[in-house]
Amino acid sequence: MTRKEFVHFFLKNKKVIFAICVYAGLIILALVGPYLSPYKDPLAFVGPGYQPPSKEHWLGTNTFGQDIFTQLVYGLRSSLFVGLLGGTLATVIGLLIGFVAGYKGGWFDEILMMFTNILMVIPTLALLIIIAAYLPYRGVFIESIIIGFTAWPWTARAVRAQTLSLKTREFVDLARITARKPMKIIFGEIMPNMMSYVFMVFILQFGGAILAATGLDFIGLGPTRGISLGIMMQQATLWNAIQLGMWWWAITPGAVITLMVATLYVMNAGLDEVFNPKLREM
Amino acid sequence: MSLLKVQNLTKEFPLGFFGKERLKAVDDVSFEIERSRIVSLIGESGSGKTTVGKLILKLIRPSSGQILFNGRDITQIKGRELREYYRKVQGVFQDPFSSFNPIYKIDRVLNMVFEEFFPDTPASERRARMEEVIASVGMNPREILGKYPHQLSGGQLQRILIARTLLLNVELLIADEIISMLDASTRVDILNLLGDLRERGMSVIFITHDLSLGYYISDETFIMYRGNIVEMGDTEKVFHNPIHPYTKMLLESVPEIDRKWDLSKRFVPELVSSSNAPCKYYDRCPIRDEKCLVQKPEMVEVEKNHKVLCLKAGD
Amino acid sequence: MIGVAEVVLDVRDLRIYYRTLYGYVKAVDGVSFDIKRGEILGIAGESGCGKSTLGNGLILLKPPMKYMGGEAILDGKNIMTLSSRELRKVRYEKISIIPQYAMDAMNPTKKIKQIIDDLLHEHGESFERKKDLIEERLEIVNLGKKVLNMYPIELSGGMKQRMVMVISTLMNPDVLIADEITSALDVSSQRSVIQMLYEMREKKIMGSLAFITHDLSVLYQIADKVMVLYAGRVAEISPMADIVQEPLHPYTKMLLSSLPKIGVRYSQTKLKGIPGYPPSLLNIGPGCRFRDRCPYAFEKCEQDPPVFDVDGRKVSCWLFERGDAN
Repeated sequence: MTRKEFVHFFLKNKKVIFAICVYAGLIILALVGPYLSPYKDPLAFVGPGYQPPSKEHWLGTNTFGQDIFTQLVYGLRSSLFVGLLGGTLATVIGLLIGFVAGYKGGWFDEILMMFTNILMVIPTLALLIIIAAYLPYRGVFIESIIIGFTAWPWTARAVRAQTLSLKTREFVDLARITARKPMKIIFGEIMPNMMSYVFMVFILQFGGAILAATGLDFIGLGPTRGISLGIMMQQATLWNAIQLGMWWWAITPGAVITLMVATLYVMNAGLDEVFNPKLREM
Repeated sequence: MSLLKVQNLTKEFPLGFFGKERLKAVDDVSFEIERSRIVSLIGESGSGKTTVGKLILKLIRPSSGQILFNGRDITQIKGRELREYYRKVQGVFQDPFSSFNPIYKIDRVLNMVFEEFFPDTPASERRARMEEVIASVGMNPREILGKYPHQLSGGQLQRILIARTLLLNVELLIADEIISMLDASTRVDILNLLGDLRERGMSVIFITHDLSLGYYISDETFIMYRGNIVEMGDTEKVFHNPIHPYTKMLLESVPEIDRKWDLSKRFVPELVSSSNAPCKYYDRCPIRDEKCLVQKPEMVEVEKNHKVLCLKAGD
Repeated sequence: MIGVAEVVLDVRDLRIYYRTLYGYVKAVDGVSFDIKRGEILGIAGESGCGKSTLGNGLILLKPPMKYMGGEAILDGKNIMTLSSRELRKVRYEKISIIPQYAMDAMNPTKKIKQIIDDLLHEHGESFERKKDLIEERLEIVNLGKKVLNMYPIELSGGMKQRMVMVISTLMNPDVLIADEITSALDVSSQRSVIQMLYEMREKKIMGSLAFITHDLSVLYQIADKVMVLYAGRVAEISPMADIVQEPLHPYTKMLLSSLPKIGVRYSQTKLKGIPGYPPSLLNIGPGCRFRDRCPYAFEKCEQDPPVFDVDGRKVSCWLFERGDAN
């Protein structure tokens, strides 16, 4: 499809519009929120504990008297960061391995796929737990890295499959008889034809990274300092927020994570419709 | 010294679950091509003709045999030597819409040639050359350059691909079924274009399943059947004096606008082959006998520049 | 054929357009023809002429195809306006299609026997009841009984095509539409498919046939009458022999003279194609659609040419306004 057609369908799709609006809101909140909040340190004890939402504390306070709104906006930053870095890393690794294995074939393919399959079989969460447990110091950056390095296998397999099929197209043969080098063919001919897929892979990896980070944080293997949505959830659970009736603490982080991930899936469904003419309701 | 000499060329593909069985797509094929000649490589599906083309274009590697271009064996060359080979040997493929990457303008296909072979050419000179070759294949550059593949017709796209080869110093062009996806009214013009190329000194291997096209444009014809060349020689001799039973069957099965088939006679098409005769045509052959079951057929010269792969050719 | 055979399919001024973002593509724009019982009509034309749209539109109109007007009368009813329930009864029993790429239309995970059984079930029949008939038909197309137990992937292209022919004609349809069924086949498979169609008509397994193809030489072997389509409209409808001996429409003339045949060599006779290419059918205006490429075009060609009758043949060209071949 031409660029004009893409933009037209993209901007007309209700799911895509919804997702863009939600994320625009979240990003603005993450960027601007910390400046809006009267409190600068999410971990500071700024008031009495157990306070429901009020004028001083827009989302109330937790057991220790920390402001929940401040924690939320800083935690949002951290989650978005993990999604971006971890998701990008996983996407890039998956693409590279998938392309090379699919295009070169032969021994390259065998070895790369063997490696991919092994990594795919090991339960990701268990692997993350083990790595995280061994690290002396954990920050959001390291967390993103280890998530990125373990989330790529399914992407590599899918990209390899598409590469295998695109490799047989005649424009690839034409590039070969023009003495084009393989890497240039992969990035110049094959990948551009898969851009819709690459887009969607990135979105899935973004969401997956957020979830993986939340999982790690929740069981206490998240960043050793700082705050994230997962850590908020962990503390809320550990300190019985629900039993104590502190819904503003118990529900908020989980609801935001759910919103983030669900919106990503809605975006993907919308993109599917944009790229696939048969799904559109015309 | 001939332009291209192919000797005992063989390509096997593994079949079956563990790759134990092997399919000989190209089986011990040998031929020579001179300069300024158009040779038709005619065959049906499974004949191996496309595989021969891909082997010569070095898109796949032979299992055994040699390909000599201007006297040099090119089967093992790589890197810089391969690039030099591609300056002289090029290809055009069957599906014009598949030969262009749909997301780029058609100019890219021409630009790529400059990028790889003449990287120091300035943009203005590139543009001039591109306009020149587009015009020489009979099109107006202003209507062609800057467009996307889906905005042009199949015939125009194929001409662009032929124009692309004119940017280089191509001596041998492999044209693999380049007309089968075009409309009847444009086919002949592309064929005439091949004739022009021949006059400029290029040789063409014209791979096709359409005998009338082959007859129209080629100097020599090779008929292929399941990996072997079963008949080869001057086009007029092969068409007007066909010896091999397969060639005869093909010629009779071509629908022509001035000759009606006798449809009341049942025509037997391909059969699943059951015997293991050394001659691959044995199961369908109307003139076979016992010696065909045991002896492998060899190329026999039946007249000057006309050879047949058949044990009964001399009879 | 003796006497005046009855008309089984009567198509009048049929219009089928494609709805797109930018407007309507007038793919079939006022096509009229009829098929008599037992007749083989060839529908010839090049890419974009509308022949596939016509063939598929008569059987199954799916968006983005849109029925815009005209009639296709089969068995007294206009099949373009039937409800989907009524249409399902008519389809396969009265009018059937062998689609393009039929070979890939068979479910690869089912055995041939199962595929046939499923299809028959939808029409109130079963494989068991039709078993003898099926075996008889397989024999006509030179396929052994054992293909019934095979999967589609085990058959070659030619075999699959013949199998699909058997399946499409099991209910002895009055009208069979064959959409480019020989285009992807080898020369020898093509010949046997043509011969099978001939035999099917002789044995009355198939009533009438509308054979859609771009290959006039294939039609020459089997068609009684040919309709040449160009850019969504009828150029000419003539008996097969007449069209080859004396083509009327300029397009037909130029098309025939661009066909290479054995006996014609480049060195002796340089053939010529038709310069230019068909017009885009998107929101196309009035006038003869061939006029940009036609060497005989004159001012009147700016208006839509009606279909003129010339000795029983039909031509849509202003050159024949006075009803004679000039």
